[in-house]
Amino acid sequence: MKLAFGPFGLLVRPRVILANGGLVLFGFAVMVLSLCLGTYSNLSANQVLGALFGYGPDDTTLLVRELRLPRALTAVLVGVAFGLAGAVFQAVTRNPLASPDLIGISAGAGTGAITAILFGGVTAAGAGSYGGVPFGALCGALATAAAIYFFAYRGGTITGYRFVLVGLAVQGALVALNRWMLAKADIDQASRAMVWLTGSLNGRDYTHVKWVGLGLLLLVPPVLLLGRAYQLMQFDEDTARGLGFRIGRSRMVLLILATCLAAVACASAGLIGFVALGAPQVARRLTGRAEVPLVASALTGAVLILAADLLGRTLFSPTELPVGIVTGAVGAPYLMWLLARTNRVGKGG
Amino acid sequence: MPATPPADPTPAAAPPPTPEAPPTMTQDTATPDESPTVTKPRIPAEAAATTAPSEYAATKNGESPKSGESTKSGQSTKNGESAGESIAPRGQSLTAHNLTLGYSSSRTISTDLTLDIPAGKVTALVGPNACGKSTALRALARLLKPHAGTVHLDGTDISSLSAREFALKLALLPQTPTAPEGITVRDLVARGRTPHQRWWRQWSRDDETVVDAALEATGVATLAERRLEELSGGQRQRVWIAMALAQDAPVLLLDEPTTYLDLAYQVDVLELVADLGRDAGRTVVMVLHELNHACRYADHLIAMRNGQVVASGPPAEIVTAELVQEVFDLQAKVIDCPVTGVPLIVPIGRREV
Repeated sequence: MKLAFGPFGLLVRPRVILANGGLVLFGFAVMVLSLCLGTYSNLSANQVLGALFGYGPDDTTLLVRELRLPRALTAVLVGVAFGLAGAVFQAVTRNPLASPDLIGISAGAGTGAITAILFGGVTAAGAGSYGGVPFGALCGALATAAAIYFFAYRGGTITGYRFVLVGLAVQGALVALNRWMLAKADIDQASRAMVWLTGSLNGRDYTHVKWVGLGLLLLVPPVLLLGRAYQLMQFDEDTARGLGFRIGRSRMVLLILATCLAAVACASAGLIGFVALGAPQVARRLTGRAEVPLVASALTGAVLILAADLLGRTLFSPTELPVGIVTGAVGAPYLMWLLARTNRVGKGG
Repeated sequence: MPATPPADPTPAAAPPPTPEAPPTMTQDTATPDESPTVTKPRIPAEAAATTAPSEYAATKNGESPKSGESTKSGQSTKNGESAGESIAPRGQSLTAHNLTLGYSSSRTISTDLTLDIPAGKVTALVGPNACGKSTALRALARLLKPHAGTVHLDGTDISSLSAREFALKLALLPQTPTAPEGITVRDLVARGRTPHQRWWRQWSRDDETVVDAALEATGVATLAERRLEELSGGQRQRVWIAMALAQDAPVLLLDEPTTYLDLAYQVDVLELVADLGRDAGRTVVMVLHELNHACRYADHLIAMRNGQVVASGPPAEIVTAELVQEVFDLQAKVIDCPVTGVPLIVPIGRREV
């Protein structure tokens, strides 16, 4: 379907619209549901909507707006960040395995956070979500990325293959370092660090929403502005240049933006695995496109984390599973199912 | 009496194609942002009759009164001209002067290389492995920056053009292009329109017409909805050529378009390339391994060895046993091809000497 208006024009693909619309609706439904359910009391959707739009009683308003909403919003924002970061990494390197949780960025955030927990004197019970830890994670991720770029940089640009290889090496080294630090650490601190390393949304409030929101506000627009170059990066370099794009520079910029997105997400929610790896692949199959879709990846990431957090809170209530455990446990089988189904239909990967 | 629809005087809004108003297509191309080189879709020379007759007929009908009026100066004369001659592109000449080429400063492949690619003809670069022919093509396509020397496209130094401007003038098919897995033929060919698009206009009626025509011209229209990886090697190569065609540039460069294809597909692809050059008047430059293919399908040969041009000219004039000996270090007999009459090279092996 074509949309044309004067000099403006756009190719509209019904299936993409359908997929994105479906993701938004489903995400909204999951969000309302997660605002309804909780250990303190279960609310009806009416009560939740009433509280959201400010005409409910004070206690439910407090519960929904101050306790549950920030957590859900953090889930959405972190999901968008992971989804976009994963899409950019995978598209730019033309390698579906290149996701920040596999090529060292997350491990670097982990190193930063563990360092902050062990040496920063974090003793509070809600350890890992305030103060030095997110900051340490952010610094760790960015420093790691800088190291990866430094070693992967050759001949004026960074190529995908080399970037992934260097990332894997860095990942190996940092995982070993993280284990060593945990083994050396006192058991209380180590267990606190483990919770953070798994990824959790427990106790996230508006401070987190504000910081992640600010990060996305700064990082998402430039990613979207580079959207056309992003599409061409999924072709080989010569073809892209033949079509009039100097992708070397855009690739560097996109990789840096995606690193920052992953770093921001890790800093606020810990190392939630699988989302950056799985969301783009799920999104690709939902939209039926060959290219890794940007918007759908972001939406899929948000839905994945929202749903995983909801399941983690409710499955074994009152015991809460960290969201990072659930994303892998739920997301990975779903991706496998999608892959198996497309194989059987004979449409390839 | 029925009032005629008021003609919209604002140039920004493109009016629907009413009998009074010129068709939207001319409006589209007349947006001030467009560089003057962007005129009209060029491909459909061969396919216009079959694919989109309404589109093109409309343009021509709309234009003839308009050029008579001589209202807007630049654009209308340009359109008038191209409609008057033919829709086919006027191939542009490509010349390289005193190039020094290499992938690092220590290892140069060519020094003082001068190439003259005639306009509107099919030129083949031939030579033994590592003779610098692909490197020369990369320099012509601006994928490799020469250490010294310049390349001129239709008189313009190509290093002075923006990446997009250059892509509007010259399309390239790399030796082993890759596309995202699972892409459909039509989506891939549509990517060829990239240099014609902007973020606010990611699809236009021109794009649609040209993509259809490119699919038609390369004979892959029936495969449009198929995935690229489902196709045979020859079909796939046709699709890539269609993408380069959709770029709608007057110059087309191909780096060994027949690699990995069996003989029948090689001939198939080369006939297609020759047609594109001869019928549509494009300037085509291709790197070829097989000298016999080059003799048969190229109007102009450039034989290279050790990064230098050994001979250039029409195959019938330059291909001799001495040249084959000099370029390929191969003893051969050159006879007239029994089918076409062009030179045919028959190698003389060790046993026959």
